[in-house]
Amino acid sequence: MTPTSTPTATAPGARTPADAVVSVQNLHVEFKTPLGKVNALNGVNFDVPQGKVLGIVGESGCGKSVTARAILQIVEKAGTISKGRILFRSRPEAVDLTSLDPQGREMRSIRGKEISMIFQEPMTSLNPVYPIGDQIEEAVRLHQTRDKDEARRRAVEVLRRVGMPNPEQVARTYPHQLSGGMRQRAMIAMALSCTPTLLIADEPTTALDVTTEAQILQLMRDLQAESGMSIMFITHSMGVVAQLCDDVVVMYLGRVVERAPVDDLFYNPKHPYTISLLRSIPRIGVGRGQPLETMKGGVPDPYSTVPGCPFHPRCPSAMKGLCDTVVPIEAPVEGGVDGHGVRCHLYPGCTPLDVAVDTVSEREEEE
Amino acid sequence: MSDPLLEVTGLTKHFPVKNGLLRRVVGQVKAVDGVDFTINRGETFGLVGESGCGKSTTGRTVLRLEEPTGGEVVYHHEELGPVDIGTADRRQLKRLRPEMQIIFQDPFSSLDARMTVGRIIAEPMVINRTHHGRELRDRVAELLSVVGLRPEHASRYPHAFSGGQRQRIGIARALALNPKLIVCDEPVSALDVSVQAQVLNLLESLQAQFDLTYLFVSHDLSVVEHIADRVAVMYLGKVVEVGTTDQLFYSPKMPYTEALLSALPKPDPRKRTKPTLLTGDVPSPANPPHGCHFHPRCKYAQDRCRTEVPQLRDLGGGQLAACHLADSLELKGAEPLPDVPVISAEEAVRAAASRNSRPPADVAPHSTQEAMS
Repeated sequence: MTPTSTPTATAPGARTPADAVVSVQNLHVEFKTPLGKVNALNGVNFDVPQGKVLGIVGESGCGKSVTARAILQIVEKAGTISKGRILFRSRPEAVDLTSLDPQGREMRSIRGKEISMIFQEPMTSLNPVYPIGDQIEEAVRLHQTRDKDEARRRAVEVLRRVGMPNPEQVARTYPHQLSGGMRQRAMIAMALSCTPTLLIADEPTTALDVTTEAQILQLMRDLQAESGMSIMFITHSMGVVAQLCDDVVVMYLGRVVERAPVDDLFYNPKHPYTISLLRSIPRIGVGRGQPLETMKGGVPDPYSTVPGCPFHPRCPSAMKGLCDTVVPIEAPVEGGVDGHGVRCHLYPGCTPLDVAVDTVSEREEEE
Repeated sequence: MSDPLLEVTGLTKHFPVKNGLLRRVVGQVKAVDGVDFTINRGETFGLVGESGCGKSTTGRTVLRLEEPTGGEVVYHHEELGPVDIGTADRRQLKRLRPEMQIIFQDPFSSLDARMTVGRIIAEPMVINRTHHGRELRDRVAELLSVVGLRPEHASRYPHAFSGGQRQRIGIARALALNPKLIVCDEPVSALDVSVQAQVLNLLESLQAQFDLTYLFVSHDLSVVEHIADRVAVMYLGKVVEVGTTDQLFYSPKMPYTEALLSALPKPDPRKRTKPTLLTGDVPSPANPPHGCHFHPRCKYAQDRCRTEVPQLRDLGGGQLAACHLADSLELKGAEPLPDVPVISAEEAVRAAASRNSRPPADVAPHSTQEAMS
C-alpha cells in the first residue's frame, strides 16, 4: 500500500463525505462522575474514507477509544453523547447513528455486522467458557444464517482466513488454550465473520510482542486488501501508524489537532503536539547517547478544563495572550496536500478572525 | 576497559510444574536455562526478548528475589570482593542488597497505596538504619528533587500521581541507598510515549550523576537501542546473542535477532517493508524443542540445528552468538531512520509572529534541550 492523497474533509464547512463510510461530525461525549463532569470529546470531526485505513493516534485520555465506542453506541454507562452526529453510509442513504436507540433493532443490526470491533485485550473480550468456534458461530447465526451447520462451516472458514493453523481444531478450543497472538487472531476472525464495511481496531497489538505484532499487522493489511473494507485503527504507536495507515488523525484531550495523509504527517508535521510526539520516540540510529526530546508535564487531569488551546501548557511554541485564551479552529495547511488540516494558532486561518483582531489590539493597549 | 561488576555464569531457574491430587512434580518450566553474561561497571546492559523468554526472571534471579536453581551470579563488591549472590549468607546479603536495587514495570502495583510517598521512599533507609529523624526527611526531600518531583509531594499518596510521576517515585526509592546496580524491569513499557521519553532521559542523567550500572530488561528494541551500551538477546531461557549495541543492531549474527529487528514497526511511512515474519509462537519453555531452540521458526535451519544444541561462541570483537551458522550467514540489521523534520515549527513561529505584526512573548522554537520537568 502506498500513501495516497485522496481528499478527506478538512474544515467542517467544506466536508464532502461522499467517499466516507463513517463521518463523525462535531461529536461531544461527556461522562458524569461523582467528582464532576468529564468532557471526553469536545467536538470531534473526521471521516473514515472508503476502503482505507484511518489511524487515530494519541496518548491515554485523548478520547480515541471513546470515539470508537461512540460509533458503536457502546459508551460506558456514565457517558452520553451530548452533541454531534455520526453518519454511517453503507445503505443508499446515510444513517445518523446517534439518533438510533443503542439497544434498538437497527443499531443491533449494524453493530457486529456492518461495523465490528477488535479490542486491545482479547482475553477480556472472549468468553472463557465457550469454545472459540461457538463464539464466532453466534455472530454468524445472529446476522447471516440460521443454519447451524452452515454457521459452523463459515466459522472454520473465517478462522482459516486469519491464518489460524488447523482451524477445525482451533474452533473447538477455549480462549485460555490459545496464546496472545492466536487469541487476537480469533478476535479478528470473529470481527470479520460478517464481512463488515468498517472494522474498528482499538489498540489490537499493544499487548503483543513485536514479532506477533508484525504478524497481526501483516494479516490486517492482507485482509484489508482482499475485502476492501475500511479500517479505523486506534493506536498510540507511531511505528504502527507509519506501517499500516493511509490517513491519520492526531487527537489530544478530546479534540482532533491534526489530520493528514500518513506521508505528510511524518514528513511535514505541523502541530507542535504531533512534532513533539514524533520526536519523543526513540528512533533506531538517531541521537544515541543524547537525551530524547520531551514534552514538559503530562496529560492534564480530566476534571480540569484547560482554557484556550488544550495543548498550550505543554507547548514549546505557545503564544501568551492567544494560546491560553482562545481555542484555535481547524484550517487546511497552506501549501499542504489536500486533506492536511491543523488546529493551532501558529498557522494562518486557525485563529478565529474576530479574536485575532482583539488580541492584537489588546497588546497595543497594554503598551 | 572492561571492569566487571556482575558476572553471571550458567544461571538457571526452573519452576516445578505440579499436577494431580498429590501435587506431584510432573515437569519443569525452564524459565532461565543456562544464562551467561557480564555487566561492566558504569554501563547499561540491555536484555531483550519476547514475553516468556525469561528476561524478567533473569533480572529477578540476579538480585536473588528468586532463588536460582543453579549457576553463579558473582557481584564484585568494593570491600567484600567477588561474592556469589546465589550462595551468599544472610550477613553478606545484608551488605550486598543496598547496592542492588530494582525498578518495576508497573508503577501502579509497585507502590503501596496506603503509604505516603515519603514513607515509601524512606522505607529502605529505615530498614537499613542509614538515616534518622530530620536527616531522613531531608534525604527524602533530596531524592524527590533528584527525580524531578517536589519535596512537598512526600506527604501525598501514590494515587495522586500520574503514571510517569509514580515511576519517578519508584526510581527515588531505588536510589535511596546509593546503589551501584539497578535492574530496570521494563521501566517505561506502561507509560505514554511523551512520558516515556522523560523517564528515559531521567535514567540516563541519573546514571551519569551517580555512576550507576543498569541491567535494562525490555521488549522494546528501539528503547534498548537508545539507552544500552551492550545488549543480550534471550530466547526460551537462553542468551542467544550478546554484543555491543552497534554490533547487535547493525550486524546481527543470530537469525532470531534479525527477525526481531525486522519485526520492529519503523516510524517512517516511506519504509514499509515486509518484515521477516516469524511463523508460529514461542514454544513452551516446559517442553523446548530439541537442538537449537529456535530451529522450528528459523528459515535458515539445517539438519544439524535440529539435533545439536549450539553454544554461545565468540565471533570476534566481543560479539557472541549461539548459532551453528553464525559464520556463514549474511543477516540484515536495523536500518537507521531519518530524523524528524522540525523546521516547519520554527518557521511557523516566525510566520505567526509576523502575522501578529510583532514577536509574541514567550516564543521559543522547538529545541532538543527541552527541560525535563
